[in-house]
Amino acid sequence: MSTTTGTSDASTAAGKRSWTVRTRERAVEALPPDKLLPDGQPTYVASWIYVFGVAAIASLVVIVGSGVILALKGPAWWHYTGVGHFFNSVHLWSVELFFFVMVVHLWGKFWMAAWRGGRARVWVTGAITFLIAVPCALTGYVSQQNFDAQWISTQAKDAMNSVGVGAFFNLTNFGQMYSYHILLLPAAVIALVIAHVLLVRRHGVVPPFELQKASTATVSADASAGDDGPSSREAPA
Amino acid sequence: MGAVFDLNHPARTVDWHFIHLSVANVLVIGVMLIVFALAVVLPFPGAARRAQARRSAGERR
Repeated sequence: MSTTTGTSDASTAAGKRSWTVRTRERAVEALPPDKLLPDGQPTYVASWIYVFGVAAIASLVVIVGSGVILALKGPAWWHYTGVGHFFNSVHLWSVELFFFVMVVHLWGKFWMAAWRGGRARVWVTGAITFLIAVPCALTGYVSQQNFDAQWISTQAKDAMNSVGVGAFFNLTNFGQMYSYHILLLPAAVIALVIAHVLLVRRHGVVPPFELQKASTATVSADASAGDDGPSSREAPA
Repeated sequence: MGAVFDLNHPARTVDWHFIHLSVANVLVIGVMLIVFALAVVLPFPGAARRAQARRSAGERR
């Protein structure tokens, strides 16, 4: 019996040294399960201005889904078949919607100073996502394999040359632009969006200015009880 | 099949000092501003009911 216990202790001690255990403990400490998947959101989130972040994520899901189908079938399919035209249009208009709601989301968060309360990294990851999404869309426009793409690529090539990076980003090179469009830049956007959402979960949704004073007072009270997250949780719907 | 909008002409633009935008982009920016204003002003469905329920729960404590 004592031998078994000794082996178990040794395993536990060895386990604590392993990178998987350390990673798990750090992850749970940084983002406990009740913060990662909370029961509800603060009451102030029941406002239309808080809808545009999740609308951007919904658009991104449609973009990725339609983009995967386009990548599987190829340019001839999206140019010469009815179903291909449909998915090409779905991909285009979901991108338009993505930027539309992302800009409104950006305005909303800018005017409520969403970097308050230790949320600087939330703001920065969102801003960088927006900046990376622009070339992600541009490389899509120049990857269409039509006259529109040819026109845009030559205009954009002049822009790249004028700022001295034309040797690295050749917008008339379909292969390079297509790789950027379907792999490198989407991977960056998706990774940043995941980081952005996890940071929102960790720090809580930023309260509007009117609730700032009351929330700060409540959070101070909560802090003494060991809770640094949003305090005004509502019951699940 | 004819297009709904005739696009077979150079884009119409709005020019003001250094600002040079196509009419289509100006319209989209205008719609974004309207949607932003409406999102701030319009009440969210069920928001008042949830706030009332929360106040009632607070009073019961």
